[in-house]
Amino acid sequence: MAQLFDLALVIWLIALAVHITMARTDQNAIIAFIAFGLLLGLGWVQLSAFDVALTEIAIGAGVTGILLLSAEAHMRKARTSTKATGTKIAKAEASTTGTVSKATTIDEGRRIGAVGVITTAIACAAVTVGLGFAVLLLPNPAPTLAPAAAAALDATGLGNPVTAVLLAYRALDTLLEKVVLLLALVGVWSLAPDRLWDGAPALRPAEVPEPLAYLARVLPPFGVLIAVYMFWVGADAPGGTFQAGTVLAAMWLIVMIAGLRQPPDTALKTLRLLLVGGPALFLAVGLIGFIIADGFLAYPEAIAKPLILVIEAALTLSIGVTLAMLVAGPAQKAREP
Amino acid sequence: MTLLADAFTVIAVSAGALLFLAGTIGLLRFPDTLSRLHALSKADNLGLGLIVLGLLPQAGSLSGGLKLVCVWLLAQLSAATASQLIAGRIHRRKSGS
Repeated sequence: MAQLFDLALVIWLIALAVHITMARTDQNAIIAFIAFGLLLGLGWVQLSAFDVALTEIAIGAGVTGILLLSAEAHMRKARTSTKATGTKIAKAEASTTGTVSKATTIDEGRRIGAVGVITTAIACAAVTVGLGFAVLLLPNPAPTLAPAAAAALDATGLGNPVTAVLLAYRALDTLLEKVVLLLALVGVWSLAPDRLWDGAPALRPAEVPEPLAYLARVLPPFGVLIAVYMFWVGADAPGGTFQAGTVLAAMWLIVMIAGLRQPPDTALKTLRLLLVGGPALFLAVGLIGFIIADGFLAYPEAIAKPLILVIEAALTLSIGVTLAMLVAGPAQKAREP
Repeated sequence: MTLLADAFTVIAVSAGALLFLAGTIGLLRFPDTLSRLHALSKADNLGLGLIVLGLLPQAGSLSGGLKLVCVWLLAQLSAATASQLIAGRIHRRKSGS
């Protein structure tokens, strides 16, 4: 029975993946991609990887989905405006010279063409075949570090081996991951024109529907509670900084989109401190590790758990703010004096 | 007693699944967006409610059961809001054109 469900899930995932590549409009493809992320989360649940499932749904489907959707909206706006000016130019040309202009070719630049499609298809097929071989050629039983990870769990004071891997065994990866997020935000902010550089992003639509404003008032208290719970429980059970940070980001975004609070100026000191705070604290604790423990990013055994929890708390806040600002996009309003 | 609880679970969850099936068929077959929304909200509210109700006897602890009820309430809130937003958009588009 369980195998039947797994089989149905796999078929569904493949069908949805094919649908995404075949979707007629980008918007349809993105919405299918969000559904794909949710289904993939279900797949991770079937593999008993609850931490991965939560992250996949929060980041893979949620944050990536809304980022793609807003990017698509921007591109569509840009395309329709160039198209409009294009046809205007075409009309002007047609009236002056009597020839038909090539305004229709503007839109074709964004399609990758037959060669591109074939190359992409071959590359995708190669990756799939390679992955298939890799899985089939695995020795049986597959090599695993799980027993080693579980054995050292006591030294960290944590109950969740995934958190132990993220914050203790492979803390360097996690630290770099957070820095990459910050770099991504710097990249997004850099898209703002110079005169708006320290201004605020604009999120609020021209008219906020009443139900959205209601949701923005009712939901955030629960959302913040759930985020705190996810962060706190992450030490001993599935959950953790990324999932909690995503929920925090979502709550802040809904408040900003409903216009209850304005997005902050990107130059705001508090905002920048919050952004940098998590990774900076992580790095500082890592450096102190040289003095009080065995080396970089090492924790003394006695206070390992409290240290990890403090780092996680700061990281959760930083991730929440970073993700929200990533979705909010570059500054669109000049800074108010 | 556990037999009774199990039977209740099977009946309620099956009824919930049936509602989801009916809602999905409605979503696929109904002619316009508003009636599709109607089909979807039935599955969302009642279907999920029945499944949560059916799972309550299987919840190991009181807090587990409370979490299940919270899941249902939060899904209700977000589904109702999303439906309103979509319906409002259609309404405005109709009156605007």
